[in-house]
Amino acid sequence: MTKEEIKKNGTVVAAKPRLITDNQMHYCPGCSHGVVHSIVAEVLDEMGLADNAIGVAPVGCAVFAYNYIDVDWIEAAHGRAPAVATAAKRLNPDRMVFTYQGDGDLSAIGTAETIHAANRGENIAIIFINNGIYGMTGGQMAPTTLEGMKTATCPYGRRVDLNGYPLKIGDLLAQLDGTCYVTRQSVHTTAATRKTKKAIRQAFENAMAGRGTSVVEVVSTCNSGWKMSPVKANEWMEEHMMAKYPLGDIKNTVK
Amino acid sequence: MAKIQGAVDIDRERCKGCGLCVVACPCDVLQLQPKEVNDRGYHFAYDANPDACIGCGSCASVCPDSCFTVYRLVLKEA
Repeated sequence: MTKEEIKKNGTVVAAKPRLITDNQMHYCPGCSHGVVHSIVAEVLDEMGLADNAIGVAPVGCAVFAYNYIDVDWIEAAHGRAPAVATAAKRLNPDRMVFTYQGDGDLSAIGTAETIHAANRGENIAIIFINNGIYGMTGGQMAPTTLEGMKTATCPYGRRVDLNGYPLKIGDLLAQLDGTCYVTRQSVHTTAATRKTKKAIRQAFENAMAGRGTSVVEVVSTCNSGWKMSPVKANEWMEEHMMAKYPLGDIKNTVK
Repeated sequence: MAKIQGAVDIDRERCKGCGLCVVACPCDVLQLQPKEVNDRGYHFAYDANPDACIGCGSCASVCPDSCFTVYRLVLKEA
């Protein structure tokens, strides 16, 4: 049977999500951001939130998220996305407000805003891309950088005596009473993307139902920053990142 | 027994040739173009072995640039 016949008689099982725009993404080849973008777009579309969602973009590689996902966006100052989302949600309680942040944004400069927004139990969903490096600015060390991991600012590897320990902000946020759902997922395989999609859907449902703050941490790759090929970066992530950041639900009060 | 046939369409201009789909495909359908490049200079992915496709959608789920449209057809034997 020819390809044309299969296309004509068959069903479409996967396609570009409707809310992903035709703009070509500026992300490096193989960047996890693109996968998470398409998951977010799919979930928003499936939940019928296309006209009802407000995203808050970070400073970092995902700063241009408004160019790629066709919903309303606000661009926050570096690290302040949860604070901006707090205002957006309090003024528009019927809207689904989510932030999309990287590890430099959420767990470095924005630690205070993140922890306090989560502690207040704001009804927002936080999507946290953790790739252990500052991607946009050229691969500098982030709080989440692994011990011994080489970056532009620690070329001999991160030293604990000099730079401290990798910050597991997901576990930190799970300690707070304001969070209802904290999970750590990844997007390196098909199975992992399906789980991430389920987690993001759960987070968005929590935000709509007013159950408290939901955090979906996505352990990701930054193959340019890590100086690896996309495929190699995924393997390295599975071996090293997931040893420090194990996948799975950290906290789930919604049953 | 029903047999499943699939087909993939790849938006070659969106593709950045990262190769994640090549690894994700369980049936070794996809390859990166060894010589040809798209307008932005990337060796884009193509279905080198289209008959093996089962339309599982693995490629689409890991593609960062949403390049894939996946079709599936279930053939029922008479």
